[in-house]
Amino acid sequence: MITSAGLVDHSDHEKLVISQLVRWHFLAALLFLTISMLAGILMALQLVHWNPLNGIELLAAGRWRMIHTNAVAYGFLANAFLGALHWSVPRLTLRPVASKLVSYFIFYAWQAVVLATAVGIIVGPSFQTAGWVADLSRQWGIAFSLGAQGLEWGETPFWVDPIALVGLALVAYNFMIPISKSNTPMYVTLWYFIAAFVWTFLTYAMGNLLPEYTVSGANAGAIGGLFIHDLVGLFVTPLGWGLMYYFVPILLKKPIWSHGLSLVGFWGLAFFYPLNGIHHFLYTPIPMFLQYGAVVATVAVELVVTTVIVNFVGTLWGEGKTFVTNLPIRYFYTGMIMYFITCTQCAMQVTLTFQKLIHFTDWVVGHAHLVMFGVFSLWIFGMMTYLFPRVLQRQWYSSNLAEWHYWLSTIGVGIMALDLILGGLFQGYYWASLQPWDVSVNGSQPFWITRVFAGLMMFGGLLCFLYNLWMTYRSPVTAPVPVEQPVAKAAT
Amino acid sequence: MFESKSGILWVGGLGFFAFAFLSNGLLPMLMVTEPEKTAEQMVNSNVMYQFEELSRRYPESFAEHVGEPTEQRCADMLRLGRQIYIGEGCWHCHSQFVRPVSNESQRWGKVAFPEEFHNELQRPVMFGTRRVGPDLSREGGRRGNDWQAVHLFKPKMVSSDSVMPEYPWFFDGSPDKPNLRGFAVITYIQWLGSWLESYPYYEELDELQQAEDY
Ligand code: HEC
Ligand code: HEM
Repeated sequence: MITSAGLVDHSDHEKLVISQLVRWHFLAALLFLTISMLAGILMALQLVHWNPLNGIELLAAGRWRMIHTNAVAYGFLANAFLGALHWSVPRLTLRPVASKLVSYFIFYAWQAVVLATAVGIIVGPSFQTAGWVADLSRQWGIAFSLGAQGLEWGETPFWVDPIALVGLALVAYNFMIPISKSNTPMYVTLWYFIAAFVWTFLTYAMGNLLPEYTVSGANAGAIGGLFIHDLVGLFVTPLGWGLMYYFVPILLKKPIWSHGLSLVGFWGLAFFYPLNGIHHFLYTPIPMFLQYGAVVATVAVELVVTTVIVNFVGTLWGEGKTFVTNLPIRYFYTGMIMYFITCTQCAMQVTLTFQKLIHFTDWVVGHAHLVMFGVFSLWIFGMMTYLFPRVLQRQWYSSNLAEWHYWLSTIGVGIMALDLILGGLFQGYYWASLQPWDVSVNGSQPFWITRVFAGLMMFGGLLCFLYNLWMTYRSPVTAPVPVEQPVAKAAT
Repeated sequence: MFESKSGILWVGGLGFFAFAFLSNGLLPMLMVTEPEKTAEQMVNSNVMYQFEELSRRYPESFAEHVGEPTEQRCADMLRLGRQIYIGEGCWHCHSQFVRPVSNESQRWGKVAFPEEFHNELQRPVMFGTRRVGPDLSREGGRRGNDWQAVHLFKPKMVSSDSVMPEYPWFFDGSPDKPNLRGFAVITYIQWLGSWLESYPYYEELDELQQAEDY
């Protein structure tokens, strides 16, 4: 039990966790990450004239670019988080999930959702002109697309949306029950989780249903902006930070530095983050007062983020050498450094002055990779590096390969982000100077070529990890790897 | 409240989300007062001119895949064309709004205004978030149908440095034989911006500009 009194016996934790599901979700996550990266590489090759598959319908770069982003969000991040939730929620609440059956059902249903999304995006457009689609559209009086829907990250075909929503509702139910039953004071992680369950469901419903079926037009675009933003801010971010609040103190064997700052961080995020959405569509015909509001709220988020970072730096203080010696901790803190960089970048790029130059350019793509890969993927790699030995009862086959994974990923994403951010500035100036469009495309080539190689580095890192995992699986079971014990809650 | 389950669930989870949704989502949605226009209402003489031109330029293919160049068929093509535009991910490389900054109105013409988005074909709105290729909201009438067809078939044929993917599956084997998808996409492209009173003629502007420079 986690009480402010101190430590109690934790040997029963083992029994609460369905470690098979932790493993399965992690493996599914890695599978989808591999697919996503290959899709990213395909699109990157298209942009440098090297796409060997150009003109093949089912491998169309445009369709696979949507696989790239969707596989990452729903295949990789969602699965990895579900695995980590299965590990952490029972330990934090001292109760198993609401139902094992539901857990297994969610696992299968979610893979079905991701695969159906992929199939819809890839083959949907090919069937769009089939007679029965036209007939159905006429009967129901709506023009529906079999393939992607027209909102970034909401591409999930309309016929998958209901299943995904049921899945998300079950996830919330399954993990909220143990949380609601537990009667000890709630640890920070659980604040984030509770909020994330509610937000993810609402965000998904809002983004996938409203823009498609309600009002059209510029003001409805505000909902689109809200969705793009909330998916990162209210699904990925709270789960990611919640898990950091869980793993970092355990690995460092000391409590979080300041409970007060944890409170500021959580409530600041909860209030300001949802108000940011419209910053994706500045200078559109959306009313200006809303655009200004979003800009101010975005800058406020960066201030909140700073408090969280300070809190974690405070926690690491005095244990600095673990950053070098402990690989998961290194992943976590590298991610946090990148988070701070991303958020500083965000506070600049959200201003209307910056927007003039960088909107629509690769600057934004650099930003996206810095946060999605540099922060959340690194965190997940850190968690996997820590958890796989514990769910497999085996030590890593090679710590060298694990190091390679870290360095290739970190340096790869560092190069990619720097390169694209810089390329974005060039593109912005090419456009504003009214040169023919080709000039900007040709001028981007050096940056796009660099991106291909940075991407291959990141992919190489993943291959090291996969090979290492494969060999670990094949090695004999060693003595159980000790699971570090949680520490007393920080004094307020 | 700050650390209790109910506080986090109701205030943080639901309350703040609802506040943001009302102020940043519902409010702007409610500000749209005119009823949404249908695809049929968005058909205009400019796009009809292009649509009929398609039927004359590719008579056999047109008759086979589309039928008669009526306004109703044109509206059907706009709907289908938009779906293909979405399904193929064109909107991840092309935006559809001209900003009032960075000289964009000189490149593409009139700055985007709210009314042009209040129709069925902008649900969800196709603003886009990235420009690998140029903005397309003023593309209609800028190029001929034949140019558009060849460009979709193999962009490098007309734009040698293009990084745009090829779409041979919009055609029955060669760029002079568009199929249903080809006709739909070309009609859709030719519709973009066709509601404006006049088209800006960029190429001419470019040439004029260059002539002045020398
Ligand atoms: C990989 C990104 C990419 C995708 C996907 C893409 N395009 Fe393009 N597009 C470009 C680039 C780059 C150009 C500029 C070079 C050229 O003219 O080909 C361009 C140019 C165009 C033009 C000519 C604009 C002009 O007048 O100069 C049209 C029209 C167009 N694209 C339509 C489409 C349609 C329709 C689709 C989807 C079926 C599509 N594009 C998909 C990158 C893309
Ligand atoms: C092998 C490594 C990768 C390569 C080569 C790659 C390449 C690309 C390319 C070419 C695009 C399209 C950019 C454009 O439209 O101009 C893209 C977009 C994107 N990628 Fe990747 N990517 C890689 C890995 C990842 C990973 C691991 C993630 C997330 C964890 C990710 C997240 C994204 C996101 C969120 C976008 C959308 C950006 C936007 O619309 O602004 N990528 N990527």
